[in-house]
Amino acid sequence: MSNKERVAGNVAGYVDDRTGAAKWLKKNLTKVFPDHWSFMLGEIALYSFIILLLSGVFLTFWFVPSQQDVIYTGSYAPLSNVPMSAAYASTLHISFDIRGGLLMRQIHHWAALLFMAAIVVHLLRVFFTGAFRKPREFNWLIGVGLVTLGIVEGFLGYSLPDDLLSGTGIRIAEAILQAIPVVGSYLAFFAFGGAFPGHVFIPRIFMVHILLLPGIFLALITIHLMLVWYQKHTQYPGPGRTEKNVVGYPLMPVYMAKAGGFFFIVFGITAFLGAVASINPIWLYGPYTPGQISAGSQPDWYMGWLDGLVRMSPPIETHAFGHTISWNILIPGLILPGILFTGMALYPFIESWITGDKREHHLLDRPRNVPNRTALGVMSLTFIMISLINGGNDIIATHFHLTINDIMWFTRIGLFTLPPIAFVITKRICLSLQRADRDLVLHGKESGRLVMMANGEFVEIHEPISAEKAWTLTQHEQPEALALGEADSNGIPAATGLKAKLRARISQANAEQIQAATETEAKELEGGHH
Amino acid sequence: MSNELQKFSDPGLPEHIHRKADTDPAAAKKAERQVAILFGLSAIGTILLIGSYIFVKPNKFVFLPVMGDTNVQQALLGVGLAMSTFFIGMAAVHWGKTLMDDREVVAERHEFRSPDSDRADFVATVKEQGAMAGLGRRTLIKRSMGVALGLVGLSPLVLLRDIGPLPKKQLETTSWKAGTRLVTDPGDRPIKPADLEVGAVAQVLPELIPGTERTLENVGKDAVLLIRLRPEDFNLNAQRLSWTHDGIIAFSKICSHMGCAVALYEQQTKHLLCPCHQSTFDVTRAAKVIFGPAARPLPQLALTLDTDGYLVAKQPFTEPVGPSFWERSS
Repeated sequence: MSNKERVAGNVAGYVDDRTGAAKWLKKNLTKVFPDHWSFMLGEIALYSFIILLLSGVFLTFWFVPSQQDVIYTGSYAPLSNVPMSAAYASTLHISFDIRGGLLMRQIHHWAALLFMAAIVVHLLRVFFTGAFRKPREFNWLIGVGLVTLGIVEGFLGYSLPDDLLSGTGIRIAEAILQAIPVVGSYLAFFAFGGAFPGHVFIPRIFMVHILLLPGIFLALITIHLMLVWYQKHTQYPGPGRTEKNVVGYPLMPVYMAKAGGFFFIVFGITAFLGAVASINPIWLYGPYTPGQISAGSQPDWYMGWLDGLVRMSPPIETHAFGHTISWNILIPGLILPGILFTGMALYPFIESWITGDKREHHLLDRPRNVPNRTALGVMSLTFIMISLINGGNDIIATHFHLTINDIMWFTRIGLFTLPPIAFVITKRICLSLQRADRDLVLHGKESGRLVMMANGEFVEIHEPISAEKAWTLTQHEQPEALALGEADSNGIPAATGLKAKLRARISQANAEQIQAATETEAKELEGGHH
Repeated sequence: MSNELQKFSDPGLPEHIHRKADTDPAAAKKAERQVAILFGLSAIGTILLIGSYIFVKPNKFVFLPVMGDTNVQQALLGVGLAMSTFFIGMAAVHWGKTLMDDREVVAERHEFRSPDSDRADFVATVKEQGAMAGLGRRTLIKRSMGVALGLVGLSPLVLLRDIGPLPKKQLETTSWKAGTRLVTDPGDRPIKPADLEVGAVAQVLPELIPGTERTLENVGKDAVLLIRLRPEDFNLNAQRLSWTHDGIIAFSKICSHMGCAVALYEQQTKHLLCPCHQSTFDVTRAAKVIFGPAARPLPQLALTLDTDGYLVAKQPFTEPVGPSFWERSS
C-alpha cells in the first residue's frame, strides 16, 4: 500500500467509524445517470442558483438596504450631490467604486435571468416528455413552487437598488396589493409601513430576498434533488432501456467530471456575460421619486407576460355601495395567473384521472406520441407569448413603426384565438410526425439514390433502418379510448354524469393516434416487394 | 388495435463502440494534452483576473463597438473570471468524454410501493402507538390542546400588528388645500400664468408650509401636471371649465390605473400617456381615458389666482388620486 493510500484509508476509516457512511457512499458513488442534453436544463438552473448565492453574498458586503435620504458624493459625476436613498447610493458605490463590483452586479442579474430561463425550459422538458407522471408528481409540485417563488425573488431583487425604474415596479406591485377587495388598503399599508413609498420597504424586501426566499429555495431544491436521486432519473426510450432499468454512466467518475465541469462552464458563460454585456445600468435611471418615470418602462422578461396581460386589460371597474373593485388589475394581475399556475400544478393529477393510468413511468414520452398533451403545452405557451408580446408593446411599436392600438387589439384578439389554433396545428403536426415514423419503419429511409428500372421507371432506393431505431420508434404504448358505460341489456343507460362524459370525450381524443408500425406489417411489406 | 400484429422487439443495448482514445495510445496521449491545455487556459484566466485587479486603474473607460463605453478593469476582471472558470469546466468535460470509461452501465429499478404486509404493519403501528397517547379517550386533553395550539397560532398575527399603521383616510387626501400655491418641481418657485406658453407642460407640487419637509409619500400623491392650451381647445362642462384658468389646466400626475407618473405629453394630440401601461388621457376632455387599461380620468385640480397673481388651488382634489382601492366610493 502506498503512503497516499494509507492516508486516504485512515481518513475514510475515521469518518466511517463515526458515521457508517462507507456502505452508503459505495452504493451511491456508482449511481447511474442516463445521458441526454435535455437533462442539463435542470442542472443549469441549479448552477445558476449557486452563482446567485455566491455573487449575492459579494453584493451584500456593500449594499445598504435603507431608504434613508443621503446626498451622493461618489465617483459617478452626473449624479453628484443628488439626494437619493442609501440603497441607490450604495448600488452606485458598488458599480463605480468597488473593483469587480459592477461585474458581480451584472453576473448576479444575468444569473437571475438564466436561472428563470433554465427553470422554465426545464419545466417544459418535463411537461412535454411526461416526466411528471407517477411517481414524480411531488417533484412537479415542488417545481411549480420554485418557478413561482423565482418570479417573486427576481422581482424583489431588481427592486432593491431603488432606482427610478425599479421603484416604478414597486409602485405597480403596491397598486396590485391595494386593489385586493376588502383588505387591500390594509395590506398595502402593512407591507409599506404606511403610505407608499415609506422608508421600510427596501429593508423588508432585502430580508425576504437574501434570507427568507433563498432559505425556502435551498430547502425545496434539496428535496427536489433528493427525490431525483432516490427515484432515479427518467430515461428516453431506446434499445435496452425499459421501465425496470436505468441505463447511463456512473456518478464517479464520469458524472462528477461532466456535471462538475458543467457548473464551471455555466459560471464561465455567466461571468463572460457579466463582463461584456451591460445589464440594468441603474445609474442612467436616477433615484426613485414617485413623480417621475422613464419612457419604455419594462420589467424583466419573466414578469413581462404579467405586465402584458395588465396592459391589454379592458378598463373595467365596479363602483357599488361605496366600494370599488378594479377588475382591470385583479383579473390580469391575480386571477388569470392564479388559474394558470393552479392548472399547471394540478396537471399530473388531471392527466392521470383522464387516462386512468396509475402505473409508474420511468420511460419518457416522445412528445409526438402524446399529441393532446403536447398541443396543450404549445397552447399555453402561445398564451404566454402573446401576453409577453403585449408586455413589450411600446418597444415593439417604436421599433417596428406600429401603433400601440394595433398591437393591443392584435394581442387582445390573439389571446383568445391563437392558443386554440396552436392546439389544433400542434396536434396535426404530432400526428404527421407519427405517420412519418410509421413510414420510416415500414419503408426505410430515403437514400437519395435514384435508380432507373428496366422499364424506364425511376425509383428511389429506400434503405431499411436499424433494429434499434425501429424499436425506438415503435416501443410506445398507444392509448385506447375508455369506454363510457353503455346501455345495459334492459336499455337503461349506465350512470353517466357530466364528469364521466367529459372524461370519456377526452379519452377518445387521446386515442386519436397513427398506429405504430409493427413487425408483422414490416415483414408483409418485405415479402410483397421483393 | 389488433392483437395479431406482432410488435417490434427490443434488440437490447447496442454493442459498445470504442473511442479512438480507448484503442490508440497516441490518441489518448493527445486527449490528455488537450485537457492539460484547457486547465492551463484557466490558470491564465486567473492570472489575468489578479493582474487586472492590481494593475488596471478602476476609472479607465474605453469605447468598444456594440458595448459602448466600458470600464476596462471591470471587463478584464470579468473576462479573467470567465476564462478561469469556463476552461476548468471544459477540461473536466473533455477529460470525462475522451478518457474516462464510456461504457454504459445498467442499474435495476424497484417499485416504490411497499409490500402490503409492510403497509399493514405501518397502519397497525400507528394505531398501536397512537393508542398509547390515549388521545381518543382523553377528550379533555384533546380539546384543551386544540384551544392552546389555536391560540399559539394567533400570536404571530398579534405580534405583526405593528408592521404598519391603518390606512385611515390617507389614501383619500393630499396636501392640496384651497389657496395652496403651485410651485415648480424642481425649484419650488411659484408660478404666474405668464410663465407658461401655450403648449407648455410643467410638473408642479403644492408649496411647502414653512418648517415642513417634502417627503416622497407627499410627492406620490401631490404631483400635478400643469398644461396650457388655447382656451378654445377645451371641450369641458361648465364646472370643469371653471376649474381652468385662461387655458391652464391641472391634473394629478399619478395614474388612476396603477400609480405610475403620467409623464408623456403629446403636444399635437393633447394626449397624456402613462409609460407603464399606455393608458392615454385626453387633456381637452378633462383627462378622459381614450386608450389603455385605466378606468377613470385623472383627477382635475381646480385652479385660480391669488391676490399676488400666482396660480393656486381653488379647492382640494374632489376625489382620491392614484390607483383604486376598496374603500374608494366613486
